[in-house]
Amino acid sequence: MTLVNYFDYIILPILTISVILVFIRLWRGPSVVDRVIALDLIITIGIGIITVYSIRQNQKVLLDVAIILALIAFLSTIAFSYYIEKQKDD
Amino acid sequence: MIDLLLAFLSTVGALAILFASIGILRMPDFYLRLSVTVKASSLGVGLLLICAAIMFPDDASVLTKALAIIFFLFITTPIAAHMIARAAYFIGTYLWKGTIVDELNGMYDKETHKLNSDPDAAIDKSTGPEDDQIADTEQETK
Repeated sequence: MTLVNYFDYIILPILTISVILVFIRLWRGPSVVDRVIALDLIITIGIGIITVYSIRQNQKVLLDVAIILALIAFLSTIAFSYYIEKQKDD
Repeated sequence: MIDLLLAFLSTVGALAILFASIGILRMPDFYLRLSVTVKASSLGVGLLLICAAIMFPDDASVLTKALAIIFFLFITTPIAAHMIARAAYFIGTYLWKGTIVDELNGMYDKETHKLNSDPDAAIDKSTGPEDDQIADTEQETK
């Protein structure tokens, strides 16, 4: 088994199943904060998927997208928590 | 040899991410979900990025980018988790019904958003099992 096949048939399916499981929590989440951390985890897993895909395709350019996604995940969680904490103040 | 190393590191990383997603689905309340998610997903993504750095050994830019992402993730994820957990406690998200002690009970000033650290000076500390923030049934946090 070559490394490309290993990434195709083992690693990427595991990451895909992880995204599906987190999406169930995003769908059900009883409160809004559950949905916020589920979204944050989906973006973090997306960084991992992009990394594995860039290794598998030999495309090192794709890592730039991962940097931007890490920034967006952090900023969105901070913004969500800031406004969730302020929402009762009006 | 490099292939074996890459396969090992990526398997451990992918399994850590899988455990994080099982944890966020199965854990009983928000705070336990948060504590599982942050640590395991940081470990998994970090291992996958180390894989990418090993895969392109002749290119220093990939190593720099991978290390930058790992550094950024390890700095920002605990800050984001702390802020979202603080906001969640503030808006009254319930703790799991099996929680033994809730040390933040009555410590936050709802007006000024300041944290009080002296347990004797707690504001309107709730005492009964009905009015505290620990859930009374399993369904409230599920």
